[in-house]
Amino acid sequence: MQVLYFGWVKSRIGIGKEELSPPPEVTNVASLIDWLKGRGDSYANAFEDSTALRVAVNQEIAPLDAAIADGDEVAVFPPMTGG
Amino acid sequence: MIRVQTEDFDIGAEISRMTAGNTEIGGLASFVGLVRDYAGDEKISSMTLEHYPGMTEKQLAKLEAEARERWELQDVLIVHRYGTLNPGDRIVLVVTASAHREASLESCQFLIDWLKTKAPFWKLEDRESGAQWVESRNEDSVSADKWVRVTDA
Repeated sequence: MQVLYFGWVKSRIGIGKEELSPPPEVTNVASLIDWLKGRGDSYANAFEDSTALRVAVNQEIAPLDAAIADGDEVAVFPPMTGG
Repeated sequence: MIRVQTEDFDIGAEISRMTAGNTEIGGLASFVGLVRDYAGDEKISSMTLEHYPGMTEKQLAKLEAEARERWELQDVLIVHRYGTLNPGDRIVLVVTASAHREASLESCQFLIDWLKTKAPFWKLEDRESGAQWVESRNEDSVSADKWVRVTDA
């Protein structure tokens, strides 16, 4: 699973992209984020407030409870600031 | 048409290209977003725009399609820059063209309102006190929400 980070999420984690193989209990974006928080302080810090996070699955805006599977591209980022 | 690029754009050239040979266009509306040199009471020396390659193009194409569905438009152009920009630099261009003014004026405002909250860009300001990510503004969500149709909810 390809996981991407943008904005301050990327700054706090320290990388913009990683290839991950989450355990079987990770079935949606929220459980992916919970699993990532256990990987270190930088993740815990970036994902501290889930209401400040937005996600996309396969480049489409998705809710936190969106189902994900191996092979998906998941992105976690702050609210977008285009224009 | 949508474009995501680091290079600057020439508004006059873009409008000339859009109107060349299309005499059904009776009017067009444009919006240009620029980099300010302040945030609150702090000076900004530059701004770096990051985006999500792939998703950005998809989202902008969706916004164009939505505008064309809602209004009778002859043409639509969205150009959004990324990379490091300086105060005064152009960031974004929206041009809409229609037979009559209402469609182009309204759709231009719609597009820039939705770009603010639906285009995957993030802005890092280089301030006197250090680098700072631009927070999304509640006013932008309010402006975007006013275009939500009851049938979409």
